[in-house]
Amino acid sequence: MSSPSIAVVIAPGSNREGEAARAVRLAGGQAEIVPIGTPLDRFAGVILPGGFSYGDALGGGMRWALQVGEAVAAFADSGRPVLGICNGFQVLVRAGLLPGSSDGAGSRSVTLTGNAHGRFACRWVSLAGAAGHAAGLDGLLPPVIACPVAHGEGRLAVRDAEALDALAAGGRVLFRYVEGTNPNGSVGDIAGLCDERGLVWGLMPHPEDHVSDLQNPFPDRPGRSGLALFEAFVNRARSI
Amino acid sequence: MTVERRRVYLLADHPGDEVLEALCSTVLADTVVEEATVQHGAPPHDPHRVEVGFLPGVTDTEARELEAVIVQLGGPPVAAATVRVYRIEGADEATLADLARRRWANASIERWAVGELPAPFAPAPPEHARVETVPVTALDDDALAELSRRRLLSLDRTELRTIASFYAAEGREPTDAELETLAQTWSEHCNHKTFRAEISFTHREADGSVRSVESIDGLLRSHLRAATDAVAKPWVRSAFVDNAGIVQLDERWDLAIKVETHNHPSALEPFGGANTGVGGVVRDVIGVSARPIACLDVLCFAPPDTPAEAVPEGVLAPARVAEGVVAGIGDYGNKLGLPTVAGAVVYHPGYLGNPLVYCGAVGILPHGAHRTGPRPGDLVVVIGGRTGRDGIHGATFSSAELETDTAAVAGTAVQIGDPITEKATMELVCEARDAGLYRALTDCGAGGLSSAVGELGAPTGVEVDLTTVPRKYAGLAPWEVWISEAQERMVLAVPPEHLTALHELGRRWDCEVTAIGRFSEDGRLRVRHGGAPVVDLPMDFLHDGCPRRSLVAEWREPAVAGGRVADVTVQSAGGLLLALLRQPTIASKADIIATYDHEVRGGTVVRPWCGPEAAGPSDGVVLVPHECWEDGEAAFALGVGVNPRYGRLDPYRMALAAVDEAFRNVVAAGADPDRVSLLDNFCWGNPNLPDRLGALVRATQGCHDAAIAYQAPFVSGKDSLFNEFDGVPIPATLLITALGVVPDRRHTAQAWPRAGAGALFLVGETRAELGGSMYAELVGEDGGSVPGPPAGDPLVTYRALHRAIGAGLVAGVHDCSEGGLAVALAEFALAGSLGLDVSLASDGLRRDELLFSESNGRFVVQVAAGAEEAFAAAMPDGTAWRRIGTVSAADAVLRIAVDGETVVEEGVDVLRSAFEGGPRIGAYA
Repeated sequence: MSSPSIAVVIAPGSNREGEAARAVRLAGGQAEIVPIGTPLDRFAGVILPGGFSYGDALGGGMRWALQVGEAVAAFADSGRPVLGICNGFQVLVRAGLLPGSSDGAGSRSVTLTGNAHGRFACRWVSLAGAAGHAAGLDGLLPPVIACPVAHGEGRLAVRDAEALDALAAGGRVLFRYVEGTNPNGSVGDIAGLCDERGLVWGLMPHPEDHVSDLQNPFPDRPGRSGLALFEAFVNRARSI
Repeated sequence: MTVERRRVYLLADHPGDEVLEALCSTVLADTVVEEATVQHGAPPHDPHRVEVGFLPGVTDTEARELEAVIVQLGGPPVAAATVRVYRIEGADEATLADLARRRWANASIERWAVGELPAPFAPAPPEHARVETVPVTALDDDALAELSRRRLLSLDRTELRTIASFYAAEGREPTDAELETLAQTWSEHCNHKTFRAEISFTHREADGSVRSVESIDGLLRSHLRAATDAVAKPWVRSAFVDNAGIVQLDERWDLAIKVETHNHPSALEPFGGANTGVGGVVRDVIGVSARPIACLDVLCFAPPDTPAEAVPEGVLAPARVAEGVVAGIGDYGNKLGLPTVAGAVVYHPGYLGNPLVYCGAVGILPHGAHRTGPRPGDLVVVIGGRTGRDGIHGATFSSAELETDTAAVAGTAVQIGDPITEKATMELVCEARDAGLYRALTDCGAGGLSSAVGELGAPTGVEVDLTTVPRKYAGLAPWEVWISEAQERMVLAVPPEHLTALHELGRRWDCEVTAIGRFSEDGRLRVRHGGAPVVDLPMDFLHDGCPRRSLVAEWREPAVAGGRVADVTVQSAGGLLLALLRQPTIASKADIIATYDHEVRGGTVVRPWCGPEAAGPSDGVVLVPHECWEDGEAAFALGVGVNPRYGRLDPYRMALAAVDEAFRNVVAAGADPDRVSLLDNFCWGNPNLPDRLGALVRATQGCHDAAIAYQAPFVSGKDSLFNEFDGVPIPATLLITALGVVPDRRHTAQAWPRAGAGALFLVGETRAELGGSMYAELVGEDGGSVPGPPAGDPLVTYRALHRAIGAGLVAGVHDCSEGGLAVALAEFALAGSLGLDVSLASDGLRRDELLFSESNGRFVVQVAAGAEEAFAAAMPDGTAWRRIGTVSAADAVLRIAVDGETVVEEGVDVLRSAFEGGPRIGAYA
């Protein structure tokens, strides 16, 4: 079976690229960590990892989004999958790739903003794939993935109730925090989004930090690793 | 009263309509939850608001990013600045000014105004190339002392006299920069004069009679290094020589570790002080060619509920200090992508005017990768951040006592951190190391370029031209460039043929690389500003010319109050246990831990918390470096020991206890007791006073004896002296950090019990040692004897426990520290959300001693299912152990019986709510 090549694109201040690359390798892919501006044509998938690009000085992922938004949009338009984690998810939202659709700049209705409690939060959460999502992950993931979040600006907020309804109705909600583990006050316990094509995925938590039993702090609850998400991503990249 | 907050971005010029539109709709305002308005020209006066902005020269990273984004959007280069606005409808000027002073602004880095601040875009001042000559040769001692005070040199009369004589012999007067260079290099912070001093020490009994008189040939040499030499561990790669200690991890990799303090800056500006404290210690680790991989932090604050009227003028409220320090630590480590994993928070009223912030970092490097030998002809290359007026006099400032007006005098001593620049620096150094592009490096810490260049060039000689040093802004005097402690800079010795390759790395990582001079072979430090000479000193005078101090120390054993309050009763014991769990020093730190990214790098396998609800406090933590994830089984453990409550009564035993605590923490997590390294960090008062120095002598004696007893070398250490506020010293505080190698990452242990596993054991002996305990403090007595060395040979016990963990005989283990056995049992129970049935025999001890005594060398162990006999057999002769109970099958209640009578019976939910009822970081706003 072929081993698709995945670009893990970094900006100054990215910091979870090593774990993302490790997760890709464990999932059967090849990972290459590349800086902004690297041509993406030769890759089968793109991951934007976590971190604090440019210090997030103008808001999480803002400056990075201005830099990579177009290239990543073109990559996804070519039918290849994109995964944004944490800061990478913020980039995809700020660049308008998530939740996607005709909702262009200036009329954005979904954002990731400061945690409701006002502080950075690093704690373990439980994630479950959302019903009816467009990414086609049903049956590919364990019922619950346990992994940490680590962010200060991860609260998913919407302009109004219609925007929230539209997310669910359009299959754009990819992950929800299992009840009681929402770490930031995200509306509808939303932890991750995908676009209508199911090609662009984004989430705040860090499944790449739980890919081995050694990393599981709850040995009494095994089988909740995040590796399956990377396997699904690598397989999607392989199938293109 | 609602406070309305706004962010204001000031632009010196119009960036163009299109750019302005993009800024308002996308970049600066998140239009889903925010709105933006544009104001051209000065805003109308609004008396109900306060504007807060940075002082000139303070790094404004947000503005810098904004300037970059405007250009990226196709706009012209435009200067930007940021301002925070606080508005309260109808509030009067006095109210607003009071809030601004106490809450919103910090005068050491910011300016504020009710209404509007003046525009920040002043024209750049002209370049300032003046080098002054400072006459010293004709001054008498008083005039020299006055000069030292006025210029913040922190030099004593003998040192000043030595300098004056040197220049008299040279037939000239020093330049301002030379005087500053000598003051920095000879500062307590850089030169550790107290730890090198000859000390005449008198040890007295409580009645004043002399117990012993001793002449000590330097505390560092006689007590700390002597212990490292005596235990002679082959896996120590570097101890006390480099910027960080280096020890072997496995066949291929070494670990570097360093712990520093950043107390005085954190007292003035908690966020920036702690922020740059982390940045500084991380650079120390980069400075031995290691990639930083973890951070630890130990904080000492006054209690958060200290009443406002008890806070002296010029001192920030303890809650504000705690809030800012915790945020500053988290911000830097999180943005660098380093897990902040270990630490402690100690609360005591003695830290009110002088909080303590210990910052530590661990790094990893291939064995033998650190290079330390510059050669004549190599280039002096500075990389990373630019130089500004920030952090002038940090080294000498930290060697002086804080006074009420320090904040006003030392404003420029506070730096602001820029972790993204530090990250670029770190990436560049790691790649340059692997490519062999430098022959030596060091970080720019205290003393700035003067220390870094002076130190790197010591074996050869060096010449630099200050006009080539990249500046943040114009107008710096040459001596300011030379001693500025602007952050995120490193200095490398680079063979000229590698400069191009280094520039290439600089472009890749967005990190400025500048050659500023060349190593010579004349043994002199020569600094010029273009053609003008600034410094010309022989290296031997700079580095060896500082006269050794002779100090007098005296320790008088305290008279311990004889009377003891009545023993605890069946009625009082449970309530006392809950009260102890609520004590801020013991109570849960989960809120703080959650603001630190302790998961990044994906290698944290024993976390600072534990248990199915993530509610339990861990002992040590264990990390697997990303670099050797797929390579072998090695990991490492970190633990800390700190207990200033013992110090007042017995600093010698405080040291023993701190070593034991740090050591047993890493052993409890899975470290091999024969692979533990120690670090010593002393925060003390003024060492020129014999009582302060006497306590320091006793503490270093304790360090020495403990290191020998545990066969654990000291590999690094640091002292921060003069921690006094208006003449009152802080509690003498010794932090011991332990770094232990975990030979097999699959065999670690955690501090929570499992349902279905085996019985509970107590390993170690409980004695009548309530002196300085949390219990004694709670009930208001001295408590008698401070915990002494564990009975028998602790190393034999710890080795046995380590073997038992490796053999899978241990289901859970938690050490006994503050609050004693009862608190350890309560924490163990709440960590596992399981009840415990414990039965103790008094064996001649009072109940309070049995429950709350803080005797060293003890662990609560739950053995694995069916492992009871095997565990008992694994305990060696001479080790005290006994089976003390079981995990309750029936209910979630902690029951402790003494001689058959139940004295504690508390629900685990009650224990947990007490434990989580301590101070909440983040509640302050």
